[in-house]
Amino acid sequence: MSEMKKIKNLKEFSTSADRFEGANLLCPGCAHSIIVREVLNATNDDLVLSASTGCLEVCTAVYPYTSWDASWIHIGFENGSTAVAGAEAMYKALKTKGRLKQPDRNPKFVSFAGDGASYDIGFQWISGCMERGHNIMHVVLDNEVYANTGGQRSSSTPIGGSNTTTPAGRVSYGEKQNKKDMVAIMAAHGIPYSAQVAPNKWKDMVKKIQHGFAVDGPVFINAVSPCTTEWKFDPKDTMMLTDLSTDSLVFPLYEIIDGHELNITYRPKNVVPVEEYLAAQGRFKHLFKDEYKYLIKEWQERVDANWAYLNRREEARV
Amino acid sequence: MAFDKMELREVEVWDGNFAAAQAMRQCQIDVVAAYPITPSTPIVEGYAKFLADNYVEGEYVMVESEHAAMSGCIGAAAAGGRVATATSSQGFALMVETLYQASGMRLPIVLNVVNRALAAPLNVNGDHSDMYLGRDSGWIQFDAYCPQDAYDLNFIAFKVSEDHDVRLPAMVHQDGFMTSHTAQGVRTLKDDDAYGFVGDFKPMNDMLDFEHPVTHGVQTEEDWHFEHKARQHNDLMTKVLPKIQTAFDEFEKLSGRKYNIVEKYDMDDADVAVVCMGTSVETAREVATEMREKGIKAGVVGLRVIRPFPFMQIQEALKGCKAVATLDRSSPNGAPGMLFNEISGCLYNLETRPMLSGKVYGLGGRDLTKKHLTDLYTELQANVDAGKVTTPLQEFIGVRGPKLSFL
Repeated sequence: MSEMKKIKNLKEFSTSADRFEGANLLCPGCAHSIIVREVLNATNDDLVLSASTGCLEVCTAVYPYTSWDASWIHIGFENGSTAVAGAEAMYKALKTKGRLKQPDRNPKFVSFAGDGASYDIGFQWISGCMERGHNIMHVVLDNEVYANTGGQRSSSTPIGGSNTTTPAGRVSYGEKQNKKDMVAIMAAHGIPYSAQVAPNKWKDMVKKIQHGFAVDGPVFINAVSPCTTEWKFDPKDTMMLTDLSTDSLVFPLYEIIDGHELNITYRPKNVVPVEEYLAAQGRFKHLFKDEYKYLIKEWQERVDANWAYLNRREEARV
Repeated sequence: MAFDKMELREVEVWDGNFAAAQAMRQCQIDVVAAYPITPSTPIVEGYAKFLADNYVEGEYVMVESEHAAMSGCIGAAAAGGRVATATSSQGFALMVETLYQASGMRLPIVLNVVNRALAAPLNVNGDHSDMYLGRDSGWIQFDAYCPQDAYDLNFIAFKVSEDHDVRLPAMVHQDGFMTSHTAQGVRTLKDDDAYGFVGDFKPMNDMLDFEHPVTHGVQTEEDWHFEHKARQHNDLMTKVLPKIQTAFDEFEKLSGRKYNIVEKYDMDDADVAVVCMGTSVETAREVATEMREKGIKAGVVGLRVIRPFPFMQIQEALKGCKAVATLDRSSPNGAPGMLFNEISGCLYNLETRPMLSGKVYGLGGRDLTKKHLTDLYTELQANVDAGKVTTPLQEFIGVRGPKLSFL
């Protein structure tokens, strides 16, 4: 294992590697670029990256330009994880055979994908990679919607959200299903490390990414990525939305080691009511009508129950 | 090298699957990502055993689907090493999306396709229905007629695919069960000679060269997509056949076995000929010889390379013929057979062109018998005598029940 990168402060961190260029076509206020930069800047090691079809992919590699100053591949919507797993297999093969061009390097293999490319269409491929134990990290840029295709629901979309395929209307409050618990599913593969991260808690995130790079085996990272376009908020408020999602415990930050040992890594000093999180976004606007207010109550109960569950899991040390 | 050499006899009794697996072993592939499917399964099983017995060195990734198999192969090829896998039928169908991605990224990969019918109804036996799913995907496609070909064409496929002027993936087709599971005498190459023929893998724009990071699989919209696709197509059409010919010539020097882009049999003075692929070529050759004894000047044209389509070579082979039948082992629903369409396209601009009839045979593993072919040559001779095609455009050979024909 190579030496872990040491980071003093945010200013130094934000400019420490620059392997993801500022020049890209992502929307103003998009959290994707912040998350990607935080992941890449957590290490000085060489990188082999993939991006599944999605906003990140279409906005960062439009010929003849590229935003990536590290080896990068895109195949399709579903198979970015397997592409990186294939590259990792080749690295191992060439290492065994003594044919690596730079045999002293210790590359990290990372696949980036949206929630659609991870929770839905890419689910099987990721599950396969996790089960086979490739030394790769899969990072979900979880904006809870198919943003790249214009705002359709995914299985990460939370209940009550209004989306183009589950719109709120005269007789509907929008999305009817609860968000899929992808971290639990991935942890159930028995992988060495899975975690939820948020770009506003960058120290927590760096710690988790570095932990993920240090372990031997597959790593699953779920990063909350507020989407100005589909969550419907002002581009300047991305970090405020991220704060709201972590501080309301809608998106709790925790890690699961070896598939079972759960640690909560962020406990907000002042827990914000879920109502504030919902009120900050246009996609939940209709929930504040009288007939749907019960859903806000249910939201709060669900978040509380999940937080209690995570705490019990942590206390139980199993 | 850390792995062990294998002592092969000059002639081994192998089926087509094991012949392909042996060729993969001798090429010393770096990464195989595979998912089993009948009838190609023994290829990846054979390779796994070679790995277990230390006859090869490398990574063998047992993925969860054929789509993932090709996805892993693409990632591995982009990382810069020798890559191969195998599949059939539904698995091939599942792979199709990624076939386009492999060729579009100009990655050398060799895929052994053991051809099998497509469901429904479910059928595990050999026909060419799956072959055509990948026909337009930008891959080079070789066709083996027997286990010997399956062995030899793998070496040719690696050599051509990995050539830096080509950089396109290649398939080696063989007939499910008829070739893949039928053992025959196969003349072997010594391990060193075989590896010497394909040579060391020379990476190009590989992802594991950290001094030169690369971006693979970019997006190109209307401002560049056309140029990329046109260039890929042009390279496939202009660069590949000469490279294949060179590889065939070099292989002949090494092994004494001669391959041609279009395999002509008794075509120099043929009046009547059939155009076919796979195991039917050898049957047709035998029947053609018998027909010549009966006074019918019969010949056979076998396709050795399906893509790029050897347009000129086929024109040249058929230009002197009076009546030709195409034998399609698939039935593209709603249209005449693929060979019928493509061969007629080839012949259209000839000053004197043969009469053409299309026959569909052997779907789902149904036998093509010598009787079928004797009848066919007799029919073609009747067409020659009558001066016109006396049968429908498309007919099914050997199907039970009322005779089925179209147009």
